[in-house]
Amino acid sequence: MPKRLAYSLPDEVLEHVFSFIQSDKDRNVVSAVCKSWYEIERWCRRKIFVGNCYAVSPKMVIRRFPQVRSIELKGKPHFADFNLVPDGWGGYVLPWITEMAGAYPWLDEIRLKRMVVTDESLELIAKSFKDFKVLVLASCEGFSTDGLAALAASCKNLRELDLRESEVDDSSVHWLSHFPETYTSMVSLNISCLGSGEVSFSALERLVSRCPNLRSLKLNRAVPLDKTANILRLAPQLVEFGTCTYSAELRSDVFSNLAGAFSNCKELRSLSGFWDVVPDYLPAIYSVCSRLTSLNLSYATIQSPDLIMLVSHCPSLQRLLVLDYIEDSGLEALASNCKDLQELRVFPSDPFDAEPNASLTEQGLVAVSLGCPKLQSVLYFCRRMSNAALVTIAQNRPNLTRFRLCIIEPNTADYLTGEPFDVGFGAIVEHCKDLIRLSLSGLLTDCVFEYIGKYAKKLEMLSVAFAGDSDLGLHHVLSGCESLRKLEIRDCPFGDEALLTNAAKLETMRSLWMSSCSVSFEACKLLTQKMPRLNVE
Amino acid sequence: MEGCVATELRLGLPGTDNVRNKKRPLQEADEECGANGKSDAQDETAPPAKAQIVGWPPIRSYRKKNIQAKKNDCEGPGIYIKVGMDGAPYLRKIDLKVYSGYPDLLQALENMFKFTIGKYSEREGYKGSDYAPTYEDKDGDWMLVGDDPWEMFITSCKRLRIMKGSEARGLGCG
Repeated sequence: MPKRLAYSLPDEVLEHVFSFIQSDKDRNVVSAVCKSWYEIERWCRRKIFVGNCYAVSPKMVIRRFPQVRSIELKGKPHFADFNLVPDGWGGYVLPWITEMAGAYPWLDEIRLKRMVVTDESLELIAKSFKDFKVLVLASCEGFSTDGLAALAASCKNLRELDLRESEVDDSSVHWLSHFPETYTSMVSLNISCLGSGEVSFSALERLVSRCPNLRSLKLNRAVPLDKTANILRLAPQLVEFGTCTYSAELRSDVFSNLAGAFSNCKELRSLSGFWDVVPDYLPAIYSVCSRLTSLNLSYATIQSPDLIMLVSHCPSLQRLLVLDYIEDSGLEALASNCKDLQELRVFPSDPFDAEPNASLTEQGLVAVSLGCPKLQSVLYFCRRMSNAALVTIAQNRPNLTRFRLCIIEPNTADYLTGEPFDVGFGAIVEHCKDLIRLSLSGLLTDCVFEYIGKYAKKLEMLSVAFAGDSDLGLHHVLSGCESLRKLEIRDCPFGDEALLTNAAKLETMRSLWMSSCSVSFEACKLLTQKMPRLNVE
Repeated sequence: MEGCVATELRLGLPGTDNVRNKKRPLQEADEECGANGKSDAQDETAPPAKAQIVGWPPIRSYRKKNIQAKKNDCEGPGIYIKVGMDGAPYLRKIDLKVYSGYPDLLQALENMFKFTIGKYSEREGYKGSDYAPTYEDKDGDWMLVGDDPWEMFITSCKRLRIMKGSEARGLGCG
């Protein structure tokens, strides 16, 4: 194409064309074409994603992109979820909010993950952004219901408030009552992480009754069962609902009220919550089960027979989160009933006991891999596994994109052969060519990393624990995995040599975490000298 | 050594390791374990510690809290409250946590004070006997036992009183 053509299109036209390009990757490519495209693109970029809040300063972001409306920031590394990152590490959002308060008066969406958010930050958001619409705080901490009260009072266009899995301090303020009576904009409210003192039920009822566009409501566990029916009757248009506590002996009046309320909810597609659910109440949801696409039962301590009964009512299920109480028999039932299943997560009910308390083995996962042709994403905690099972799973489901296996006891070998799981995971990476996320466990030698380096070309995130024999393992991964962006390693004999040899690779990645490995302080110092643009700590 | 660890009785919570076990280990282990039963040798040759390794298995803290909460329901501190019966010379103490629900609790009270409670109904309270179980709640009010869900009851009950006679018969009606 002749150079002239690129300059002959007016800026407004290019801007209009660029507005159809939403993905960051594509936008970044567009901005690299030529200087004028870079200029046009940077003025019209509205959404920013910063995967590592220390990778760039807020000032630099603002300088390049002056008219941003939506920002997503991630702070602590993933291993922070498991208490591996010390307190006070960082991930503070206040510096970002402070800068953006001045630069982006029209900012309307903030999404944060694993960041420390203070009441001061929330108050600043409430004060600075007049048209603020969306706040998502995923796995954040450092704030209290005082901060929420400030948002409720000021943000009249707030559509989405999602506190998923954050830790919120209870300041005893009835923050829900701070939404004025004139406020009617709520579309999505997730307060499932709040403790018992933090939700005034009458304020909640009033809020729900005056927000006709409410589509997603996830309540916390302190709201009693008989109140659930009230809420559902006020919001029959809900698409997603997180129930409150079910813990109560069966009362037929409460049951029929609840069943009636659920049956009114024709749009309901996703259910979660179910803390302390008493199995006798489960049939109350049967009327919505046939339409359910997502079910999170991972807090429900109900046993296999009740779980089997439930999933057999849900033929449209695409996503299931459940405890190991489902057992192999339950997973077999899932495999025969739920042909649209795309994502399965099985959590351990008693991870710290050496003995299994539920009959869940590798057989359950094999059954699902065989019976569910659309299965893409797996998170599976179990106590035994075999290479044969992993190979079968890999052959059955080459369309897997996320495979996270946690064999609970570190260094567990194949229970049939006593071998490490190199061959099994090797089969996974060889057959599942679109695999983007992998978590390893069990007994593993350097061989598995050789397979990963050789085959896992699309792999973006790898989690490794108690694996490998030597530095060679790390070297295989860093030199072979072309798409690798996040690597987290704990308790492996990986050290300086592989790290320094592959230093250049690190600049193409978002983050590398290594704890309880064999990396020395001197090597880290050398690394910073070699790669001055890296943050090394 | 593996057999020794797997079968010996332990006094610690599941998942904790190296709880100094007051019971004598199996005979075969004795030689290797050493005279005092405390075994450094055991540590050296035992399979990987079943101690809770930090951050393993990789479960988020809110899930761990959920598991812990369930365990505490069985293992945590009890909810001890005083129970009195009209006419009895002294009060008794019970732990509400050991009962699975109202029937269980009422049976225990019947056994303790040697009386029979009537049949519970929402409409009429305890019909068919001279006694009615009542409790003092957080607000200081005296309530009839059985109206609230069990979980709610055990957290709000401060003391129990078994009412007798005409006072009891009057409860639940009108």
